[in-house]
Amino acid sequence: MDPILFLLFAGIAVVCGITVVVQTHPITSALALIGVMGSLAVLYLLLGAQFIAAAQVIVYAGAIMVLFIFVIMLLNAGRERRTRGSFLARLIGPPLLVLLLGVVTFVILAVVPRDAVVKFGSYTGGTVENLGRAIFTTYLWPFEITSILVLIAIVGAVALAYKELD
Amino acid sequence: MNFYLLAVLKAAVVVGVLMITLLYLQWVERKVIAHIQVRLGPYNVGAHGLLQPIADTLKLLTKEDLLPPGVNRFYFILAPFLAITLSLISISVIPFGPEIHLGPVTTWVQLTDLNIGVIFVLAISSLTVYGIVLAGWSSNSKYPLLGALRSSAQMISYELPLGMAVAATLLLSNSLSLRKIVETQSAWYGGFFPAWNLFRMPFPQIFGFLIFVIAVFAETNRVPFDLPEAESELVAGFHTEYSSMKFAGFFMAEYANMVTVTCMATALYLGGWLPLWPASLGSNYAPAAAFALAGAICIYSGLQARKRDRRSLRAFGVLFLLVAALFLIPVVETLLVPLFWFLAKTGLLLLLFIWVRGTLPRFRYDQLMRFGWSFMFPVAVANLLITGLLVALVG
Repeated sequence: MDPILFLLFAGIAVVCGITVVVQTHPITSALALIGVMGSLAVLYLLLGAQFIAAAQVIVYAGAIMVLFIFVIMLLNAGRERRTRGSFLARLIGPPLLVLLLGVVTFVILAVVPRDAVVKFGSYTGGTVENLGRAIFTTYLWPFEITSILVLIAIVGAVALAYKELD
Repeated sequence: MNFYLLAVLKAAVVVGVLMITLLYLQWVERKVIAHIQVRLGPYNVGAHGLLQPIADTLKLLTKEDLLPPGVNRFYFILAPFLAITLSLISISVIPFGPEIHLGPVTTWVQLTDLNIGVIFVLAISSLTVYGIVLAGWSSNSKYPLLGALRSSAQMISYELPLGMAVAATLLLSNSLSLRKIVETQSAWYGGFFPAWNLFRMPFPQIFGFLIFVIAVFAETNRVPFDLPEAESELVAGFHTEYSSMKFAGFFMAEYANMVTVTCMATALYLGGWLPLWPASLGSNYAPAAAFALAGAICIYSGLQARKRDRRSLRAFGVLFLLVAALFLIPVVETLLVPLFWFLAKTGLLLLLFIWVRGTLPRFRYDQLMRFGWSFMFPVAVANLLITGLLVALVG
């Protein structure tokens, strides 16, 4: 069951990812991006990282993408015109793509040992209990510093927006 | 029994019951609001208008499915499906009752228990905004767009206090699984007072419960926060351009959301399927007594009612007495009594939803936003901090 689900949702993720780039309508692209995030969440779930899966949906699909779609709708962005691309791009684009994918594949094959097998659901460290313990013991300082960083970013955003209003 | 077979059976039962609930919730709402406004409400189709929902559904099914010119076809059709799918998913983690033994089968009265159940429900509810936003945008019309923008801003704003209020109950129950949350509420103070999260020491979640209820009013776009579909300003808001079954889809999604959030409130604050007082003090006989009382009232009113009501009231009286007798059969008692308590609490909360709709006027939009951000949110944060502090101090 697990491999079938993995292949299904990995396929959906790839198809949605390609749709994000290929589509000319911004809303369609944004919704395809939500598809990517949703299928990634399912993949996390298959690996046993339940909290990360839920956080993926809440943060990316539920908050960030809502903001994206909000902006696209408010700006009323229409269908983009498709240019056919320059001659040079069409000439050396495909070979470069093949080269890039080849290098990535080669590196992965070289780095990851051959007999490494991903076992679905064998990882049990992804529960909320484990994550909470890790955040508040081992990674306490990075966590606190990140939260301060986020706070600074929020204050900065408010300050910039205020300047615009005046 | 086979795991898959059992899962399919349970899903079929839950979906069937949920669909009938959605159908008749609408009838209950019309009746209750009618009586609040000193009217009778639906009365002509069937006894006391009981067949009215079916007539309405037939009407919607046979209406012409209009596709206005200028809409974005794909998203216009996708939006109601998205809305209803997302609003139905959450019901799968709600625990309706404890573990039961029916012959050789031992199962929980719950579709599935996730150990991130609460976060799952929050994640799904954070996605429900898409159905509304897409509907508003793809209609290519100004009122739906304004309604959708209002709705998404409102949902995002009230999700924060909602999440904070829920987090405080998690501190008390120490789990994210809804089943475990209900189970931790099963103690009694002084042998008779329920230790539901609403009354739970060290910090009773009364404020949390109020915040939760107010926030879910906004999340489900109900009065007094139904700005997205304010008739006086926006025609019908995000579903202005919809007709026939696509309109019914949004309608069903709204009611399904209501059912889900009231089930959540019951599980998180009101002790789920646990009775109001312990079984040693006879709470197992409460359902039978309640139904017997209802039956007696029906028969008594049937004796002196107008001619057309006489027969239906008596028939319902007898029906209620039969249900009361059903609760006294020992074999099914273990299943029915917890289910009764769960449904009674959920039903009371749904009645509150309807009651508020019949009572309160609509907020103004700036009032709604100010209330959400400068009152609800600070109170929810304070509630969470005090709960956290007391849990850390007392244990």
